Amino acid sequence: MMARYHVTTTVNGDEVDFLCESDQTLLSVLRDELVMTGTKEGCGTGDCGACSVTVDGRLMCSCLVLGVEVDGKEVETIEGMADGEALHPLQQKFLEHAALQCGICTPGLLVASRALLERNPDPTETEIRYWLAGNLCRCTGYHKIVEAVADAAREMREV
Amino acid sequence: MATMLKYEDKDLKVVGTRPIRPDGVDKVTGRARYGADVNLPGQIYGRVVRSPHAHARVLAIRTDKAEALKGVKAVVTRDDFPEMPVEYAAAGELIVNFRDVTRNMMAREKVLYDGHPVAAVAATSEAIARRAARLIEVDYEVLPHVIDPVEAMADDAPLLHEEQMTEGLDPAPEKPSNLAKVVSFAKGDVEQGFAEADLVIEREFNTKPVHQGYIEPQASIASYTEDGQVELYTATQGHFVIRAQCAKLLQMDISKIRVIPTELGGGFGGKNNVYLEPLAIVMSKKSNRPVKMTMSREDVFRSTGPTSGAHTRIKIGCRKDGRITAAEAELDFQAGAFAGSSVPMAAMCTFTRYDLDNVRVRGNDITVNRPKVAAYRAPGAPISIFGVESILDEMSRELGIDPIEIRLKNAARQGTQTYYGPTFGPIGYEETLNRARQHPHLQEKLGPDQGRGIATGFWFNIGKETTTTLNVNEDGSVTVILGTIDVAGGSRAAMAMMVAEELGIDVDKVRPQIGDTQTLGFNFVTAGSRGTFASGIAVTVAARKAIDVMRERAAQMWDVPVDGVVWEDGHARPASSNVGEFEPLSIVEIARKSGMTGGPIAGHAEITAEGAGPGFGTHIVDVEVDRRTGLVKILRYTVIQDTGKAIHPAYVEGQFQGGAVQGIGWALNEEYIYDADGRLQNPGFLDYRVPVASDVPFIGTDIVEVPNPNHPYGVRGIGEVPIIPPIAAISNAIHDAIGIRLREQPMSPPKVLKAIREASNGAG
Amino acid sequence: MRYEAPASLDAATRLLADAGGAARVLAGGTDLLIQMRADLVEPTVLVDVKNIAEMREIAEEGGRFRLGAAVTGMEIMEHEGFNAAWPGIVDGAKLIGSIQIRGGATRGGNLCNASPAADSVPALIAADAIARIIGPDGRRAAPVEDIATAPGRTSLAAGEIVVSFDLPEREPRSGDAYLRFTPRTEMDIAVVGVGVNLALDEAGMCVAARVALGAVAERALLVDEAAAALIGTRVDDAALAALSAAASAACRPIDDKRGTKEFRIEVAGVLAERAARIALERAEQG
Ligand SMILES: Cc1cc2nc3c(=O)[nH]c(=O)nc-3n(C[C@H](O)[C@H](O)[C@H](O)COP(=O)(O)OP(=O)(O)OC[C@H]3O[C@@H](n4cnc5c(N)ncnc54)[C@H](O)[C@@H]3O)c2cc1C
Ligand code: FES
Ligand code: FES
Repeated sequence: MMARYHVTTTVNGDEVDFLCESDQTLLSVLRDELVMTGTKEGCGTGDCGACSVTVDGRLMCSCLVLGVEVDGKEVETIEGMADGEALHPLQQKFLEHAALQCGICTPGLLVASRALLERNPDPTETEIRYWLAGNLCRCTGYHKIVEAVADAAREMREV
Repeated sequence: MATMLKYEDKDLKVVGTRPIRPDGVDKVTGRARYGADVNLPGQIYGRVVRSPHAHARVLAIRTDKAEALKGVKAVVTRDDFPEMPVEYAAAGELIVNFRDVTRNMMAREKVLYDGHPVAAVAATSEAIARRAARLIEVDYEVLPHVIDPVEAMADDAPLLHEEQMTEGLDPAPEKPSNLAKVVSFAKGDVEQGFAEADLVIEREFNTKPVHQGYIEPQASIASYTEDGQVELYTATQGHFVIRAQCAKLLQMDISKIRVIPTELGGGFGGKNNVYLEPLAIVMSKKSNRPVKMTMSREDVFRSTGPTSGAHTRIKIGCRKDGRITAAEAELDFQAGAFAGSSVPMAAMCTFTRYDLDNVRVRGNDITVNRPKVAAYRAPGAPISIFGVESILDEMSRELGIDPIEIRLKNAARQGTQTYYGPTFGPIGYEETLNRARQHPHLQEKLGPDQGRGIATGFWFNIGKETTTTLNVNEDGSVTVILGTIDVAGGSRAAMAMMVAEELGIDVDKVRPQIGDTQTLGFNFVTAGSRGTFASGIAVTVAARKAIDVMRERAAQMWDVPVDGVVWEDGHARPASSNVGEFEPLSIVEIARKSGMTGGPIAGHAEITAEGAGPGFGTHIVDVEVDRRTGLVKILRYTVIQDTGKAIHPAYVEGQFQGGAVQGIGWALNEEYIYDADGRLQNPGFLDYRVPVASDVPFIGTDIVEVPNPNHPYGVRGIGEVPIIPPIAAISNAIHDAIGIRLREQPMSPPKVLKAIREASNGAG
Repeated sequence: MRYEAPASLDAATRLLADAGGAARVLAGGTDLLIQMRADLVEPTVLVDVKNIAEMREIAEEGGRFRLGAAVTGMEIMEHEGFNAAWPGIVDGAKLIGSIQIRGGATRGGNLCNASPAADSVPALIAADAIARIIGPDGRRAAPVEDIATAPGRTSLAAGEIVVSFDLPEREPRSGDAYLRFTPRTEMDIAVVGVGVNLALDEAGMCVAARVALGAVAERALLVDEAAAALIGTRVDDAALAALSAAASAACRPIDDKRGTKEFRIEVAGVLAERAARIALERAEQG
């Protein structure tokens, strides 16, 4: 058995520590070690965005980050998006706009959309589309996702 | 029992509104559990060893080194599965043959495609399973291979199945070939029809295999217990069909296999078949541990069903006024490694949008060295109509008739008899064309190198076996157990809405849930756009039965005959003042007292739904072509489709938009690329190019509602039609933009640029 | 496999030297992790360079930029001064993968992965960037065009790390641009890439130019003939046509799943012209 690495990190604001193999991805750590299965694996090679998380505020594919790399860092996942019982405005707008069908892409898209709105509270349609280009959705044709993000941005600007 | 509930035109409170879907919150918070999210105590991890060859005889498989590795708990090969005789069964829209199913999940005599499973291992960690997989040694005798359907029909083509004699040929062939089956349809006198034509156009078209591209890879976890019971969690469109297939392949009783469907991360027809499930079950039996198996994305592309690539020849004759006098098609479809492509359906869809007297269609089902095809949304139809809609566009230009007019002139309508048999009842094809004619999209101005294309599509839609149980709980809230998987279109929401409408209660009071195989009777897979249609009938039947029970209970409470009680707005009321003066009883009041009036209240339905209404759609697309690079950009897109009735309009729009964008990907960039050795070159989302958000514009939608008379709310299937027209519509738009007609999919930049070069060389 | 994240170049070079050839530098990991997953590389030690300050910064001294090799794409895109000076290098960074990929991907990784289609490389070559390298034998410098030699191969010796890229002082009236061709708008690998960097005199005459092509040969190419087509002209239609022809002529591509030879050759010419127009516009503004 290979020596495992002890990693201390913050996940959705909670201090967490875990043991992982040196070559184990953050995605695998989240799903298999921390049993946080909201972050999805669609490809494991950075192509689909279903595994999107933020690490120190940066949007990344957790399948392309090693567990050992997040030592001392802050990781945010879909599980941390709602504030207690209150859904994040993006989550609410995705529901209202029917911006999800099968939903496998939804956690990644929500995490990515939040990262967008944190940087750019008033994105154009084109900016939304390009920002979300790393998140594949095969069901919706993106139409309602783009609308939901724009609508959430509008609402978040108003409060 | 075949159940027919007729359409009733009535005032609706819930149906037609846009409530939030019941599965929504779980999906936006990450709680929803998909195939790979299920874990069982003590689970181990399975991995499949796959063929690196497109075609080879499997001489020997040595597993001893893998078995000796610490942590390895089970290894399986062909020797662990019984031989299966030829026996056919329906799975989704396609028919499977168990002799082939068992060979597809685990190769026997030969491997027939790159990615074909030859062995599987299960070990205490994924890393050990990976290592063990590499220790399995397979001796192959590599054979010549063939992928192109036309080449596969040549006399000297490498033969996949030495015993395969073409079905459907008269006289029967004397020697085996890769042509597995021929299907033919004919009506009228085609020769006579062509003789009467003023204009006859005949063209050939080619398309490549494309993948459904669901974002969730296949994932299953199986637990086999010492008393021979199986618990199987799997991501599928049809848990009852998976159960039936596993039972057959493993020679077990159906009752011993409990299949629990997980949330489904997309399927589009591709998750109707067994791949990992039987392997996981047998390895669980061997190891006495639950075995979890997930495919990598590469596995998904290499070994799960894409759709057929095809070569088609289409010939149409028409008079000067645009009226078609004869139409003929020959369709060569790749079946993949085993017979059974979607060519029968493609053949039936080819000309069905039109009212024709003289038609002949022949479909060839051809085995080639690529993964066995699976259904993909309207299986085969986008491929076969490509050529037809392209030629109609050509004819409309040649004759100076507007492309919508020429279609209207020939449009199928109520009373049109199809060339494969049935006569249409009320259908909305003409209505979609009339709407297209009025559509503001047509007023948008086009710039240089921009063009507009139109194409139309038809899909049968299906009904089939469906069951449901509806329980009125003690507090008057309602749970509905459904047997059809919510393939993501929002069928749970639609079911809850129909139940709420029937019962006269708030949709929020109805909680729908998908039942596992032990909770309900058999349900066919969710495919062919049948979910909302068939389960919609089932829940309506169940709700009406529950209403009958509640009327009886109210009658008891009032001590009046049951005929004296009617159900209105969620209440039992006296049918007339003759019955007596009673305060209406709400569902809550009746439910609360149910223990004293005869026990819990429920309604069931076990039906075979019939009369799924055919669906038609018309698409309009604007493109811009970069003449110097061949890049085609989609500028505008509009989908107009008859849905019968949109139960939840937002989900209907979602189906239109999602289907159209899949069709755009298919038209422009998606394709399986093989190297000279028959190995798949692009088994990943970076080189298998599905559209990303920035590739497409907003997709306009226009819902036409011509009610289906055979559904209580008038529903037709809606999921398939939207993927049918895009390839043809985009090809027509490219022609409009630059005057060049592409008859080959994908219309990717190298192909478009080449066509531009050839056209300019030809001209100059 | 061991994982190390040293905070200094010294420590990193020592770790690499000690491990012999079996160690790998880890930057963004967007190439390396995929290769490890596919069992294409099996390092015994991973040396994560993201904690090394010198590699992580964009520094400006006297009008010259030094771009750390482990600066990520998103960081480059967010750096205003760098955007103003080297928009073409930023074009290259912006096109890589998706926002997620750019959150990790670095110039050093893009260059040392040695894919002929690497999007940051043509613009760096066109900019005349010099790679600063450290290794077991100390420091050295080399032009970017000399680093990658063939797909997956570089001229770096075992244990060498690319630390940063030195960019020349930005002349007035100069501009650069990078364009690539991909079938999709995003999330795609270049079928052809072209970087153009040029400078004008006060009269609008092109006095200096460098043109580099990606994805049309075994490595990114610096094409002197293409630059020569611009120098001494007003970058007018005739010059652009000559540039386009020179760019196409320099291609020696292969047919592969991403594009055919003919397609690459033709489109290289088209993109060279289009990239030069953008560079010209930027030069005229700057
Ligand atoms: C989905 C996806 C899309 C992509 N799209 C593009 C694209 O559009 N264009 C494109 O060009 N690339 C693309 N790539 C490839 C990749 O993202 C880039 O090549 C990226 O710049 C690599 O940088 P990195 O920091 O992640 O490198 P790493 O993966 O960390 O390293 C790559 C290689 O370089 C070595 N290395 C890294 N840094 C140094 C250094 N400083 N000194 C010496 N050796 C070093 C590593 O040992 C390794 O061998 C894509 C990748 C993915 C997964
Ligand atoms: S799983 Fe990470 S990008 Fe697809
Ligand atoms: S909702 Fe299914 S992939 Fe996006």
